[in-house]
Amino acid sequence: MKKFDYHIPKSLEEALSLFKSLENAKYIAGGTDVLVNIKRKKESPSHLISLRNIDSLKVVEKKDGLKIGSCLIHQELLKIEEIRTYYSALYDALTKLGSKQIRNVATIGGNICNAAPSADTACPLLVLDAQVVIFGEKGTRMVPIDDFFEGPGTVAKEESEIVTSFELPSFPKYTGSAYIKHTRREAMDLAMVSAASRITFAAEDQSLLRDFLSSKGVEELDKELKNYPLFVKEARIALGVVAPRPFRAKKAESCLEGKFLNEETLREACEKAAEEAQPRDTIRGEAWYRREMVKVLTKRTILLSVKRAIEMCS
Amino acid sequence: MKKEIKFHLNGEEVVAEVEPHWTLLYFLRNVMKLKGTKEGCGYGECGACTVVVDKRAVNACLYPILEVDGKKVITIEGLSKPDGQLHFIQKSFIEEGAVQCGFCTPGMIMSAYALYEEKENPDEEDIKEAIEGNLCRCTGYIKIVQAIKSAKRRQQ
Repeated sequence: MKKFDYHIPKSLEEALSLFKSLENAKYIAGGTDVLVNIKRKKESPSHLISLRNIDSLKVVEKKDGLKIGSCLIHQELLKIEEIRTYYSALYDALTKLGSKQIRNVATIGGNICNAAPSADTACPLLVLDAQVVIFGEKGTRMVPIDDFFEGPGTVAKEESEIVTSFELPSFPKYTGSAYIKHTRREAMDLAMVSAASRITFAAEDQSLLRDFLSSKGVEELDKELKNYPLFVKEARIALGVVAPRPFRAKKAESCLEGKFLNEETLREACEKAAEEAQPRDTIRGEAWYRREMVKVLTKRTILLSVKRAIEMCS
Repeated sequence: MKKEIKFHLNGEEVVAEVEPHWTLLYFLRNVMKLKGTKEGCGYGECGACTVVVDKRAVNACLYPILEVDGKKVITIEGLSKPDGQLHFIQKSFIEEGAVQCGFCTPGMIMSAYALYEEKENPDEEDIKEAIEGNLCRCTGYIKIVQAIKSAKRRQQ
C-alpha cells in the first residue's frame, strides 16, 4: 500500500486544523472504503486524519427525535432500541450492510460521505428526513440529506468539513418505514437495487389502523386496502443504485401523499417510481430487470411500512 | 516516519515501532511473524484475516495499525492454552471435519470466537450472521456451521 502518515486527533477542532495544515490530507473513519480505495490506487492521500477517537462524534441524543453521531459504528447503532422501533428503515439497512467484521468498524458517517449509489443507510435516511450536521471553519451548519448527495462519491460539503451527526425528526406513532436491499446472495453483497419508504397516516385514522387485520400477512395487505380507506398524510420513497445517487422518487411520493391508500394509488406509485429510476446495465444486473424490481421493491417497502404503522398502533 | 504503539496481543503487552500506513494484518504477519492470520483478498471481502480487537471481529487487512494502540488483540495463535491444548472451537472444527483446504479456517474460528464472547448460546441464525463475512470456497459452510454450533457442548 502507498505510504501515508496517520494522525489521531482527539477533538473536532484539532482534526480541522490538522486538515488545514497538511497537504493532500483526507479524513478516515472506519476505513472500510478509504483503505480499499487506497489499496486499489483510486486515491493516494499523503495524510489520513482519523475521526475514530473523537468522542463528540459518537453521541446519541434521544429528545425530539434522534441524533446519532457520525462515527458510531453500525453494530452500535443496531443496539439503539429507538432505531429498531421508530426508524425501522434504518434498522433494516444496518442489519444488511456488509458483514459483521465491516459493521464492527464502518461508521454511518462514512457510509453517507462515501456516497455510493448503493450505500445502504442512504435511502433510509432520505425517507426519514434526516438532517446532516456539518462542522467546518465557519462553524456548524445543517443540510437536509436530500441536498447532501450530489453524485457518485460526491457530497455537498467542503473537503475540510466534517459530518458530525445526523438528526432524525420524531414521527407520529402512526408511521411505518422499511428498507429492502435486493442482492444476488444473502450476505456480503452490494445491492442490485434498493428501496426504502415511509408512510405516515393521519391522526384520525388511528382507530382504523387498530381495526386493520394486522394478523394478515403483509402479502395480503394490498387486497385488504379497499376495505380500509387509509389516508396517507406523508409518503416518502427513496431508491438506491438506479441513479447516480440515492434519490427520492418524488413523483411516486405524490401518487400517495394526500390520497387514500388503495390498490390503484399503490400501483401508480410503483409505476412512477420505475419511471423515475434511471438504471443502467452493469455486471450486477441489467437495466430492464432493475426497473421491474423498482416496482416490486417499492410496493413491498410501502406494504411493510403500512404493516409496521399498524403494529405501532395496535 | 515510524511511530510507537503499545497494545495487548494475545494477552501479552507489545511495544512496537510501526509505519503509519501499515495495516494490523501486515504487522501481525511480517513483524510478529504470526502467520495464522491469512491474507485472502486484502479488501475486507473474504474474512480470512479476521482477528478480534476489543472483543469485536474485524478484518485485519483494513485495520490501520495505529488504531490498535491501547487495545486488546486476539489472533488464532492466542486461542490455545500455553500447554498446546486447543480452544473448544478449534477442537470442534477438527472433530466435525469442518476444515478442507484450511485457508479460511483461522478467520472462521476467530469470527466464531467473537460470537461466543458475545453470546453464550448462539443459535444457527447468530452463527450464520457471525460468519457472513467469511468466505469458504471448499465446504459449502454446512460443517462449519455445525462445528460452531456443537462447539459449546465440547467445552463442557
